[in-house]
Amino acid sequence: MTTATPLLKVDHLTMRFGGLVAVNNLSFEARRGEITALIGPNGAGKTTVFNCITGFYKPTEGMLSLNHPNGGTWLLERMPDFRINWKAKVARTFQNIRLFQGMTLLENLLVAQHNTLMIASGMTFLGVLGVGGYKTHERRAIDKAIYWLEKTGLIDRADDAAGDLPYGAQRRLEIARAMCTEPVLLCLDEPAAGLNPKESLELNELLRSIRKDHDTSILLIEHDMSVVMEISDHVVVLDYGTKIADGTPKEIQNDPKVIAAYLGVEDEEVESVEAEVESVAEQVAETGR
Amino acid sequence: MAASAQAAAASREAPTKAQALREAGFAALVMLGLSVPIVALRTEQNMENQLVLAPRYGMVLLACIGVFLARYIQVMFVNGLTRTLLIVGSFTLLGGVARATGQALDGFSVGVFVIGAALIAAGFAWQKRVDAQAGAPAAPAFLERFSAIQPYVGPAALGFIAVYPALALWLTGTGGSIKWIDNFGIQILIYIMLGWGLNIVVGLAGLLDLGYVAFYAVGAYSYALLATKVIPEVFPTLGVWSFWICLPISGILAALWGILLGFPVLRLRGDYLAIVTLAFGEIIRLVLINWVEFSNGYAGISTIPRPSFFGIPFNASDTGFAAVFGLEFSPIYRTIFLYYVILCLALLTAFVTLRLRRLPVGRAWEALREDEIACRSLGINTTNTKLTAFALGAMFGGFAGCFFAARQGFISPESFTFIESAQVLAIVVLGGTGSLVGVVIASIALVGGFEILRELDFLKLIFGESFDPTQYRTLLFGLAMVLIMLWKPRGLVSTREPTAFLKESKSVSGSLVKEGHG
Repeated sequence: MTTATPLLKVDHLTMRFGGLVAVNNLSFEARRGEITALIGPNGAGKTTVFNCITGFYKPTEGMLSLNHPNGGTWLLERMPDFRINWKAKVARTFQNIRLFQGMTLLENLLVAQHNTLMIASGMTFLGVLGVGGYKTHERRAIDKAIYWLEKTGLIDRADDAAGDLPYGAQRRLEIARAMCTEPVLLCLDEPAAGLNPKESLELNELLRSIRKDHDTSILLIEHDMSVVMEISDHVVVLDYGTKIADGTPKEIQNDPKVIAAYLGVEDEEVESVEAEVESVAEQVAETGR
Repeated sequence: MAASAQAAAASREAPTKAQALREAGFAALVMLGLSVPIVALRTEQNMENQLVLAPRYGMVLLACIGVFLARYIQVMFVNGLTRTLLIVGSFTLLGGVARATGQALDGFSVGVFVIGAALIAAGFAWQKRVDAQAGAPAAPAFLERFSAIQPYVGPAALGFIAVYPALALWLTGTGGSIKWIDNFGIQILIYIMLGWGLNIVVGLAGLLDLGYVAFYAVGAYSYALLATKVIPEVFPTLGVWSFWICLPISGILAALWGILLGFPVLRLRGDYLAIVTLAFGEIIRLVLINWVEFSNGYAGISTIPRPSFFGIPFNASDTGFAAVFGLEFSPIYRTIFLYYVILCLALLTAFVTLRLRRLPVGRAWEALREDEIACRSLGINTTNTKLTAFALGAMFGGFAGCFFAARQGFISPESFTFIESAQVLAIVVLGGTGSLVGVVIASIALVGGFEILRELDFLKLIFGESFDPTQYRTLLFGLAMVLIMLWKPRGLVSTREPTAFLKESKSVSGSLVKEGHG
């Protein structure tokens, strides 16, 4: 697992909005079969990095290369957003959940399989005439949807509108929908935000099983340290758009720079607060468990 | 909890008379304030050509009494049917009073009085029944009864539409039925088809298009120009192209214009999209007006060939439809034929729309309406999805336009003004965005309702000979829109039927379905 090859390589990524540098010369790797966490204080530029990777922003500088497990490299910064999902197989969820609220859970998962079904329906022309075996493909798509609904514990509500679901279930549905596109890299933007401790644990289980059973690596932004420290193999810390640390959860936990960034102190004061912080961190870790 | 809810319901059901009188008095006062300047102060020209005031205080009094009674009934009675019966009954009585005082206390006024009294009596009788059954839930029973007949409503409606011309012929005779088949049947079906076409763009894809009439115009002019100018003058060797050859060409041309419009507006959303599509509709119309060599300007194009019955023309000649089938010549055959042509075209639109909703492209349209960014994150090419919606919507508009040209035999830019776009959009919005059935109901109500206004001659007996109901068309249109938007803000059919289900198909509440952001 640990000797995995880089799946996503972020190389000197810079994103400027006018005079504001949201991401500054960021380089990191997400390795295959690992869960990589991207953390940092509010406004550190984490979501901007996600938007660059998934094509919603065009980076000002830098290179984003995705090496497929079965060969082939995609340069994400050169692709329009929908092709990043369709060809490079990168799927994402959103910080503020973006489900198709007026559609049922099943429909949400069928929309996620749009491109496969589109080809099966002969770009609609054969499908309208009712020829070309679209039915079997649709059946297969529904089976896949059922699989993910069962996996996320939503199968009983398959025919309800997505907007009717409670918050935690909507988060799970968004992950299921992203997984229906069969991604090699799943980017989760704060998947545990707004979840209660029990739901957080279930989320950890779901993410672990996705990594184990599906050859899908995960890149996640998260504020909930119980999730980050529990499941991630590799943590990248951002502050003011710059990478300040990169390593295993253990290394990150003890990195003075990270602690300083989270507590908002100047570099000179770091050592003085470090001792204090350590005791607090221990307490937090205990209550987290 | 339940007890307090019941108590609340009981207190709502039994407002005191004083309370009702106060509310009604207030409403009447408001009406008085409004109606004095608007209704009472009428100016007329006298013999010396001077403007003089001809006050109508009688009408003000009637209006205030009417509002007072309506509000009183509305506050005092909860049951819908009671309210309706009592309000309609008291208004009928007031109408009788107006006639009796304004014109003559004749047999007709007495008849109106009797009807009004009967309605009020029925209202009170119904209220008695409701009071007797108080506590028993009446609404679910009605819903159950409705869901029991629901599967038969669709086929029954289709059957009625299919035999409608025969029914009209049988009831009104050859002469009278043309009006019913043409003005009602064909006119409503054209708007149903336009509504269904626009429904793809506005209802499913959530792209607000205010210039839909442009595609209707493209379809109509395509057929008119192909049949009268392009083929006979430029390619005389091809002979004359009939309606049936031009129909698909018109649709394809309209679809091309749909894509042409689609490209520049791809990046626009909401208000901006609406403005640009509105401008596009006007551009098409202005080009048709000003490019006289091409479209003959305001004068329009006449002598557009009418559709034939598989090569047999509808005329009085020996090879005409009537002669071939051994019938007496009458223009009614063509009207009936046109009715079935537009019926087939409309059904084709409905069939394709229903089919597409269950295909990935239809689901992508609806997903686009719900959330465009999520669509792109799932690998959906939103550009193509929007363009297909524009193209298909425009194509059906083009078909309808081609049919319109063939039915009229004459077209001019005046048939394609913004008000047509607005009316089709009103049909889609009133019907409930995305709903095919809603569009049908709204078309019948709006288009059929206006035609009905012409038939309400009996109102002249009450309001005097100078009363013309068609003059109140726009007023009623506005009133209907306001009332429906108050009563059902998401349109008549606001629920959404899912396109796929595992166990049972559950309608999605309209409050969850997005309207789209353009």
